[in-house]
Amino acid sequence: MSIWEYANPVKFIRTTDKVLPWISVGAVLCLVTGLVWGFFFTPDDFRQGSTVKIFYLHVPAAMMAINAWVMMLVASLVWIIRRHHVSALAARAAAPVGATFTLIALATGALWGQPMWGTWWAWDPRLTSFLVLFLFYLGYMALWSAIENDDTAADLTSILCLVGSVFAILSRYAVLFWNQGLHQGASLSLDKEENVADVFWYPALVCIAGFVLLFIALVFLRTQTEIRARRARALMARERQA
Amino acid sequence: MMPELGKYAFAVLASYGVGLGLLAGLVIASIARSRRVRAELEQIEERSKRPHG
Repeated sequence: MSIWEYANPVKFIRTTDKVLPWISVGAVLCLVTGLVWGFFFTPDDFRQGSTVKIFYLHVPAAMMAINAWVMMLVASLVWIIRRHHVSALAARAAAPVGATFTLIALATGALWGQPMWGTWWAWDPRLTSFLVLFLFYLGYMALWSAIENDDTAADLTSILCLVGSVFAILSRYAVLFWNQGLHQGASLSLDKEENVADVFWYPALVCIAGFVLLFIALVFLRTQTEIRARRARALMARERQA
Repeated sequence: MMPELGKYAFAVLASYGVGLGLLAGLVIASIARSRRVRAELEQIEERSKRPHG
């Protein structure tokens, strides 16, 4: 069995229809468990006080904001190289999800930053690269909507996605590239010494799993929708010609 | 039951409000569009099956 079988829209819808309920239930369970655990049953941080509870939303949203763009990049490359429509539509489907995660990261970051840094916003490398990433998401979605021909839209948005990938990478590594600004370095690390304390780490891990599953579920659902919308457009075009 | 959030209550509660609100909005919008497009496609397919004339 090859992964390219799922480039067939019918096969994609049939397969994702089977797994979608399970992934959705997993997403809800993980998110509810992780957020309730983090909000109600974790202690305050000795420096940041109760604002540490924002961590359980801010960090998974920020991680997935970048990962969503990476997924769109892979799907765009598949479109450019192999011309599979489902991959282009999957990239289109992921964009609003990634944009929402980026907005959550920006909003919760501002709300967290105000009491900790004394300001809602600073032109810090990580914050700025995240804002640019959000603008790229908006531009990507606008470009899809602005072009009537689906293939042309897929071509142009794929190129935009390649360009925007620079900012997705910068968002992740800005703190390392420019050792300045207000934003701290990565909170999570595979090195136990550098990672946050276990009492914060375990609920965060459950929240991250919840965000990943929610992203997959939404991308599957939205890709199905894009496939159906494309078919509807094709049938209507045929009707007009008849 | 409610944890003591102290002077940071606004920041924490607003973050959860905004974050969960945006997530809920995204899920609801995705499901609503999925249903609408599915219904539209069924209608178009039904119409295209009908004999012309």
